[in-house]
Amino acid sequence: MDNLNNLMQGFADVMDPLNLLLALVGVVIGTAVGVLPGIGPAMTVALLLPVTYGMEPVQAFIMFAGIFYGGMYGGSTTSILLNTPGESSSVVTAIEGNKMAKAGRAAQALATAAIGSFVAGTIGTLLLVLVTPFVVDFAVSLGAPDYFALMLLAFIAVTSVLGSSRIRGFISLLLGLTIGLVGIDSVSGQQRLTLGVPQLADGIDVVVVAVGIFAVGEALWVAAHLRRKPAEVIPVGRPWMGKKDWKRSWKPWLRGTAYGFPFGALPAGGAEIPTFLSYATEKRLTKHPEEFGKGAIEGVAGPEAANNASAAGTLVPMLAIGLPTNATAAVMLAAFQSYGIQPGPLLFEREASLVWVLIASLFIGNLLLLLLNLPLAPAWAKLLQIPRPYLYAGILFFASMGAYAVNAQPLDLFILLTLGLLGFAMRRFGLPVLPLIVGVILGPRAELQGRRSLQLSGGELSGLLGGPVSYTVYAVIALVLVWPLIGRFVVRPLRARSAA
Amino acid sequence: MSSQVEEQIVEDSRPPREGGDRAQYGVCAFLALLGTAVIVDALGIPHITSGTDPVGPRAVPLILGGLLLLLAVLYALDVARGGRGEPEAGEDVDLSAGSDWRTVVLLIAVFLANALLIERLGWVISGGLLFWGTAFALGNRHYIRNLLISATLSLTTFYAFAIGLGVNLPAGVLQGIL
Repeated sequence: MDNLNNLMQGFADVMDPLNLLLALVGVVIGTAVGVLPGIGPAMTVALLLPVTYGMEPVQAFIMFAGIFYGGMYGGSTTSILLNTPGESSSVVTAIEGNKMAKAGRAAQALATAAIGSFVAGTIGTLLLVLVTPFVVDFAVSLGAPDYFALMLLAFIAVTSVLGSSRIRGFISLLLGLTIGLVGIDSVSGQQRLTLGVPQLADGIDVVVVAVGIFAVGEALWVAAHLRRKPAEVIPVGRPWMGKKDWKRSWKPWLRGTAYGFPFGALPAGGAEIPTFLSYATEKRLTKHPEEFGKGAIEGVAGPEAANNASAAGTLVPMLAIGLPTNATAAVMLAAFQSYGIQPGPLLFEREASLVWVLIASLFIGNLLLLLLNLPLAPAWAKLLQIPRPYLYAGILFFASMGAYAVNAQPLDLFILLTLGLLGFAMRRFGLPVLPLIVGVILGPRAELQGRRSLQLSGGELSGLLGGPVSYTVYAVIALVLVWPLIGRFVVRPLRARSAA
Repeated sequence: MSSQVEEQIVEDSRPPREGGDRAQYGVCAFLALLGTAVIVDALGIPHITSGTDPVGPRAVPLILGGLLLLLAVLYALDVARGGRGEPEAGEDVDLSAGSDWRTVVLLIAVFLANALLIERLGWVISGGLLFWGTAFALGNRHYIRNLLISATLSLTTFYAFAIGLGVNLPAGVLQGIL
């Protein structure tokens, strides 16, 4: 009950005209930027982070909550109307959503996405309130070796579970870890990889890395391959749903939420698996199997709810353990750090009011989003037609502004360009971006926890093993690593034998 | 069973890999170079250990450098076996044609100009140039209209963020005028 009181206090703090205005502004610009083609939720948050630099942390996080959900919803609008998902998590939404739009049912597709996101987001945030305290209690009991093991799991998970090629995932991770190494070693005070440049002593700011890889990399990549004729946008009226659509949507929303939240909350989760599971489930359970592949509303409602619920789920490990499992959570973590706040079990003690304000704002942002997006959808759809030169000029403009504003030094702009070129190369060679971002953020902290573990054991490597928690985590890591080998050497021969 | 049959067909219908994607060896070389650089840098760090830090600052970079070298080799083997990464697709991306290097180089030049000029000229001028130059590089030829858009955008952001929200943006030569 204590938490409910805390949450109520959080609501009370947000219910101030100025704060509500900030939440509204957050939702509007979050959606507006998220709708723009090529900009996924993570890039939206990274690009808009500098906007909040001048604010108090509380106000900044109220706005952030709005940007977070706004960016997510904007992304699904793009995938429905353009058939071009900005992030892998909305790939599934695009499958049926765009078919619906082409069949003249764009309004219903957007409506079921918006209302489903609201339902899933609200339930997901509620679950966040209920689950997080337990995770915090658990996390408080964790020692340095356990944290080290959990971070290793996060590394392995983002490289092995997601994405198609492990080698490419690991390359991306190592690049991120190398970038994270730059700067003064926090334990010994020695400079590493700074090349004698004094400004590099503090390391490369995570915001600069995120903006460089996401925004500048994307702009350069698109510039090299710009489609001279922009993709066709399907015109849309005000979203609405008939009685039949409601009847077909509400169960997929709930099932999608049930898939999304747990996957999001796991350190190895993400939104890809639950959205695919939700799609497969709806396809099996539907009474209209003939519509699947031609625009079935269940195929939008379920995955979209799964996507949003998983986004709420990712906040559990992010807030309670300080472990980001997707790009958006990683950028959110960077936002916390830019205010000198370290997410983790102590966050709920030290910054209790801030956390509860953030959670209350998530509820409010979610509601505002629904109220705004139903009437404003046609306006958002117009944003999709923005001339591409202006779109990418705007991205570079705001990316430069944001990166400069972090430390007010032109050097960051050169770093930004270098990282942009790295992002370009990664897109060219099909290297996934997420492991790099996670590596930059978690690398230094994993090193710290590892060295702390060895300090406790006086340098004996056995110190890394810790207790039961880390044993379990290492077992999971081993399983994740060995899984494909089992597939190759056990399952396939068995199948071949049974086939013969 | 049927799914296996389908898989077979999909694999066979792929375009034949003639030599694979050779440019990937460049990535291997880059990784090897980076790994070496990380190791060399680590060896230059004084080896300080103490009771509170038995590991010291060198261990992690040395491991990381070693892993980079290892991955460079593994990646090269993967490429040699015909492995390739899928270039990223997107709504505005047309992968059927080759890369348009002229646009990319122009963009980089515009970006560098902003980085070099931002302190001297201030954000309003250099940021405006950045927007105008990028739009030009990407093929927009409405010079006057773009000039107006650039000026509006950079003035608005300066007043809203630097003066309104206290974000660090330089005024440059326009100090005192804005």
